[in-house]
Amino acid sequence: MATCLCDVFFDDVAAATVEVLESLGCRIAVPEDQTCCGQPAFNAGDWPSARRVARHTAAVFAGTLPVVVPSGSCARMVEHGAALLFEGASRSDAAAPSSLASRAWELCDFIVNGLGVTRWGGRHDATVAFHRSCHSRGTASGAAVRALLGSIDGLRLVDFAEEEQCCGFGGAFSIAFPRISRAIGGAKLDAVAAAGPDLLVSGDMGCLMHLEGLARREGRALRARHVAQVLRDALRAAPPGAP
Amino acid sequence: MSREPIDRFAAAQSDERKASVREGSKAGYDARRMALGRDHEDTDALRRLAGAIKQHVLDHLDEYLERSALALEAHGVSVHFAADATSARDVVTDVLRHRGARRVVKTKTMLGEEIDLGAHLESRGFECVETDLGEFVVQLAHDRPSHIVKPIIHQSRREVARTFEANGLGDYDDTPEVITRRAREHLRRKYLTADAAITGANFVSAESGRLVLVTNEGNSRFCLAATRCHVALVGIEKLVPRDRDLAVFLNLLARSATGQHLTVYTEFLRGPRGPAQPDGPDEVHVVFVDNGRSEILGGDLREVLRCIRCGACLNVCPVYRQASGHAYRSVYGGPIGAVVSPLLGADRRRSLDFADLPRASTLCGACHEVCPVDIPLEELLVRLRDRGREAGAHASGGLSMAGWSLLASRPAAWRAALAAGAVVDVLPRPLLPGPVKAWGENHALPPWRGGRFRAWLAARGPR
Repeated sequence: MATCLCDVFFDDVAAATVEVLESLGCRIAVPEDQTCCGQPAFNAGDWPSARRVARHTAAVFAGTLPVVVPSGSCARMVEHGAALLFEGASRSDAAAPSSLASRAWELCDFIVNGLGVTRWGGRHDATVAFHRSCHSRGTASGAAVRALLGSIDGLRLVDFAEEEQCCGFGGAFSIAFPRISRAIGGAKLDAVAAAGPDLLVSGDMGCLMHLEGLARREGRALRARHVAQVLRDALRAAPPGAP
Repeated sequence: MSREPIDRFAAAQSDERKASVREGSKAGYDARRMALGRDHEDTDALRRLAGAIKQHVLDHLDEYLERSALALEAHGVSVHFAADATSARDVVTDVLRHRGARRVVKTKTMLGEEIDLGAHLESRGFECVETDLGEFVVQLAHDRPSHIVKPIIHQSRREVARTFEANGLGDYDDTPEVITRRAREHLRRKYLTADAAITGANFVSAESGRLVLVTNEGNSRFCLAATRCHVALVGIEKLVPRDRDLAVFLNLLARSATGQHLTVYTEFLRGPRGPAQPDGPDEVHVVFVDNGRSEILGGDLREVLRCIRCGACLNVCPVYRQASGHAYRSVYGGPIGAVVSPLLGADRRRSLDFADLPRASTLCGACHEVCPVDIPLEELLVRLRDRGREAGAHASGGLSMAGWSLLASRPAAWRAALAAGAVVDVLPRPLLPGPVKAWGENHALPPWRGGRFRAWLAARGPR
């Protein structure tokens, strides 16, 4: 599942996801009828619209294969949000979303806990601050990302203050509550900048699009990468088997 | 310019206020994490246990209420039930009148705030003195509490010192020790002349009828030692099954609220004083207040009634930290307030008045993560958003995503839009679609690359 954000803005993240999974021996199918997980309408409280999209997504990803998505937020939506949408629905209506929920994985969770790959290797010379997206709270994704990044030669993870705090994006929240959203994002940018990393890495492009957009508008320096890009770049810099 | 009242309120706050709220809530969050992490191996297991106990009580509330009432009455307590704020205020007023009481001392009670008891009593000719320091300052300043456990988190000590000076409590001095000494001297005189005491209750054991009150200032002890009539306001959701369950909740409450192991005072009260006790009330009333709670109990937001009013969800909430409690226009602010404020009260119009509150969240779930009774607050917030749409609150800011959902469920249309969207990059700003323009107020827009990933896949062919 490529996610609507990657489909629209961040094609390199989706491509990196494909390459990362292929490097592990996976064969990737990308159903071309996919659109979005339905979360924008779910969060906006327009659940009839969200159900329509969630039904479509569940149909597109029907079957028995694992469904991997480079976003903790979309993973959370298909795993948990859809269950709320179809609570009390007839068994036939809830079957496809429930099947998708049972097969969906956030990318790094899939690599570490699905495939059992706990060391990534390769090389990436950078200090990295990792922003664990809020929708990965209480899941195995955060630890999985840290394990993979931490095993890359030359890459050093740095902590920053108030890591539990949200970036302030919240989808439509950032449009409806622009000043609060900007202030929360500003606090996050300050905390990250104080740690002085070369890169800000996250498993969610929503957070990074917000933080990067704020930083660029305010003329602040920020280099942000999705974790899939970092994993791919590490492989390119030092392919397995190279001396 | 946002239409959201909470966003406008946040932007209009003074820097001094913002700093007070931010520092106070961050300190609360840090203290909580230290205290829980140090003392409990698996904090989440404890939170889930507490949540399960509270949920069990809620699922059998009729039974536990009856058991509590019998246990309380067996120890000489008069038990009253009040369906709404008006009847709760009437019960209290009647008790005080019957007793011939005129001067009342009061401890901090969120339920008292919810039914606006203090102002009501003053308007009926009673003197009603708040004895919790924060609430005392609020009363002097004609302010409103802005946080569940730290009512004046929004005020700096300079503001407090100015209030004391304006109320004849000495010349301006913002030394904390001076402020507390002056409050103490003033309040001691009030205890000695008071006729009755009003408190809340943090818990009631259905098994024994014990009321549990936690405070840090000892003010409830003074209230109960100095007066002969005690009225306790208790939300019907405040019950725990047995005395031993209190161990779970007392372990969590102070740690979650202030990072203390226990509050300085934890009182277990069981009815009027016995013949061997020199002090204490000879008349005790418990008023169980519903005020919308039983209606919540029957719906899909019932978990919100587990709340033990610790304030941890406010402290961690990024939106609360920017907006402060007053932004929520309700006694209860922050995530818990955004869920419970539209639901409480007898007046159904309230849910429309507060329809914007559930939108004031990034749905980050930090509130759920710290909640000592495991309330899935972010889930309840989205449920309320859906309910707000059903209730027709669209006009006040709810979003219809119908157009978007049609696009996102028709693959051919979606692909066409991916290609057409590139127009966004070249349109002049005034012609941009509304949401894109609004986003662009604060953000540099990422370049439109719709369809590029699909083209890349197609170009490299099957693998």
